[in-house]
Amino acid sequence: MQLIYEKSVPARRAVRMPSSDVPAAAMLPRELLRSEPADLPELSELDVVRHFTQLSRRNIGVDTTFYPLGSCTMKYNAKSLEDGARISAPFHPMIALLPGGESCAQGSLAMLHHMGELLAEITGMDEVTCQPLAGAHGEMTGIMLIAAYHRAKGNKKKYVIVPDSSHGTNPASAAMVGYEIVTIPTAPYGDMDLDAFRAALNDEVAAVMMTCPNTLGLFNPHIKEICDLAHSVDAMVYYDGANLNAILGQVRPGDVGFDVVHVNLHKTFGTPHGAGGPGSGPVGVKKALVPFLPMPRVIKRNDASFGVETGNPQSIGRTANFFGNFGVMAKAYAYILMLGREGLIDASEKAVLNANYVMARLKDLYEVPYDQTCMHECVFSAARQMQHDVHAIDIAKFLIDKGYHPPTVYFPLIVKEAIMIEPTETESKETLDEFIAVMREAAETAETDPAALKLAPLTTPVSRLDETKAAREQNVCFT
Amino acid sequence: MNFTPHTPAEIREMLATIGVGSIQELFNPIPAELRARSFDLPAGMSEFEMLDRLQDLAAQNCAITPFVGGGYYDHLIPAAVDHLAGRSEFYTAYTPYQPEASQGSLQALFEYQTAICRLTGHDVSNASLYDGGTALAEAALMALRATSRSRVLVDGAINPFHRSILKTYLANLDVEIVELAPVDGMLDLQAFARELDERCAALLVQNPTFFGAVADYSQVAEQVHGCGGLLVASVYPVALGLLKSPGEMGVDIAVGDGQSLGNHLSFGGPAFGFISASKKYIRNMPGRIVGETVDREGRRGFVLTLQAREQHIKRHKATSNICSNQSLCALRGLIFLAALGRQGFVELALLNRDKAEYAKSALAAIKGVKILTVAPIFNEFTVSLPVEADRLVSELIGRGIAAGVPLGPYYQGAGNCMVVTVTEKRSRGEIDRLATELDMLLNQN
Repeated sequence: MQLIYEKSVPARRAVRMPSSDVPAAAMLPRELLRSEPADLPELSELDVVRHFTQLSRRNIGVDTTFYPLGSCTMKYNAKSLEDGARISAPFHPMIALLPGGESCAQGSLAMLHHMGELLAEITGMDEVTCQPLAGAHGEMTGIMLIAAYHRAKGNKKKYVIVPDSSHGTNPASAAMVGYEIVTIPTAPYGDMDLDAFRAALNDEVAAVMMTCPNTLGLFNPHIKEICDLAHSVDAMVYYDGANLNAILGQVRPGDVGFDVVHVNLHKTFGTPHGAGGPGSGPVGVKKALVPFLPMPRVIKRNDASFGVETGNPQSIGRTANFFGNFGVMAKAYAYILMLGREGLIDASEKAVLNANYVMARLKDLYEVPYDQTCMHECVFSAARQMQHDVHAIDIAKFLIDKGYHPPTVYFPLIVKEAIMIEPTETESKETLDEFIAVMREAAETAETDPAALKLAPLTTPVSRLDETKAAREQNVCFT
Repeated sequence: MNFTPHTPAEIREMLATIGVGSIQELFNPIPAELRARSFDLPAGMSEFEMLDRLQDLAAQNCAITPFVGGGYYDHLIPAAVDHLAGRSEFYTAYTPYQPEASQGSLQALFEYQTAICRLTGHDVSNASLYDGGTALAEAALMALRATSRSRVLVDGAINPFHRSILKTYLANLDVEIVELAPVDGMLDLQAFARELDERCAALLVQNPTFFGAVADYSQVAEQVHGCGGLLVASVYPVALGLLKSPGEMGVDIAVGDGQSLGNHLSFGGPAFGFISASKKYIRNMPGRIVGETVDREGRRGFVLTLQAREQHIKRHKATSNICSNQSLCALRGLIFLAALGRQGFVELALLNRDKAEYAKSALAAIKGVKILTVAPIFNEFTVSLPVEADRLVSELIGRGIAAGVPLGPYYQGAGNCMVVTVTEKRSRGEIDRLATELDMLLNQN
């Protein structure tokens, strides 16, 4: 398909700007002007509409296809959420930061405040900031809060502990805050090796970052002990909320002993992923960390009105322009309002039911490296298929031909040829059964005709792409 | 709506297949003492009640005519942007890890990267960052990596919110930040020359500055390069319809907030941040990058590339922790730029400048109001008032006008100054009303 720039025809126009109702200003001095206009495409509106509509048809999403991408929680994104978010489209965030402006933004501030309260109750934390713009941004914000806490106490801390099953963002976020990373291996039972953890723990550990259930989809029964051990050396325990969808209403990180938690609104709370964002990563903290929360902070005043606090000197400062991805929060707020207490509990129950069902029906054909009751996702290995030189990636591409978005493959890194399936709660038994049948067909084909799997996908606009060439040539801009 | 489709019969079948008696049994791996102590949330509601609730909240905000920016700008958005970005094949997809099934997103992001490069005059852009402020912080980190130095000079005329984000990002790293107090709302060239040395990784500037002043940083770029440092510029993309591009000035890394390109104000997000640079810095770039390649039949296709820079491969050695970016907002930016096109984008910039100059003249005519921005402007300028700007802005908000951003909270001794923003959406009537209200407040009491 042609690039939009290749469709450009000189002097063709689409949208017109309004005509000016003021006199034309004098030209700016020449040395301040660009030598020629930016070479943007010249198209009619219909050209633009067809181009992007055609592009959209070369994509698949939750609306078109079952999308069991592990660790990503690709649940259905209700249409009413989009309508809900649109209501806030015209509000300028700067208004709330102007003197006298709070009174003109009471609705937005009320929603942010209530959202914080709801997330605090869901996670068992004392206060939530909605400012972080994505999960990883929340992680970094959370670790910054921990760093500020240690600095205020005069603690000398150097290390952040992460299990080797963690998302790559955990160590990357801690490194952005200047910490050295200590990685703890996973024990044969699928959880962080407790002895190795004990051995690594010392007074210089600032934080321990845990994902629970972890990326193997397993709930660590020793999680409280880990929190207690960490607290014994005044280390904070960070809860990566990527997998919170498994335990809504069952477990609250705050009750267990976690000090900081981020939630991915684009995972657990039903907002769309947008082909890579926008996300939203609110961070909840216990009381000890509240003084360090980022500014601006939305507060409820004694007269029940909502305000914006900007002047706290202990705060880590701003982590984003304004109040976070408000439009994403509006969708997640709408989601929580619609599901309510029972709906959220039901979501986790059905997510866990679906994952265990898929695991039960595939484990005779695919190796399960950690064979236990899973939570919201299950992790297989294509080790058995490897005997026929069929890799996880080949199975993934076969699934594309069969009309599915593949599961996550090659993650977690600790599982060889990992295939990580997260069905989510919004998928029906028929959908799962059809998917299971195709997964079984893939396993069979791996034995009978492995070469066929290597050819997949054949039904897509392009076949397998040469990633090495892309990395070598670095052609990242059309010229 | 019912969010889960399971019927009681299906649940029974599924449990039998798994070999457990109830769903709760599946939660048995969780020790009893770890169970939630509370889950006190309201009962659910229908989508209709939910929409009523959000409408009620929206009604508690008031309609205000904004003459304010602060990094977010009230611009027109063509209808095609909402409609095309609203295609659910785009918005319900995930990050394009499976390229054969994601050519739509990937090609769009490649086109987006190209559009950003054409605006900034660079040859490499990533597939978006969170926002303008975090993009500035990432650019500083990128310059620190690229130069292996540990000192950053920051023009105080950069948006104070963005400077605050920068400080937050650098607070725990061994980096010295030197902030240069602005002169006439612009970089203090003497202080800059004094502070510039071979420890400096970068100078960070903004064009136009927070005060609205437009500058040419070509000379500054040469000075910075002379010391082996990089020039980082935060730019307002709409202004690039007219203004000399970062690439033409010798800027090494350009960043900015993409909100003004087709993204709703939405009380501060989501929008996107952009970052572009000369190609030699590509390996130091944060975030996802889409690259062109071919498939087995030699057909053109697109993939996420240079992923060895990223957290999911490199973990703590990654160039950044960023994972989700703001793809859909970047797509909106691309659709916006395509809909306006080469000429339309210039016209948009001209309209902004015309309106701002008109407003500048209108305000300059008011007794007691003085225009402080001596440099040429794009669509913002700074005025001084005979009273505290806080008081005046607060009073005018009561009359439905956000007259400007008072500078008192951000710059010492600037309590009687404010920055006024005028985009193409402000009509002559609205500008006249701003002038009239200001005049009445200042001179007719």
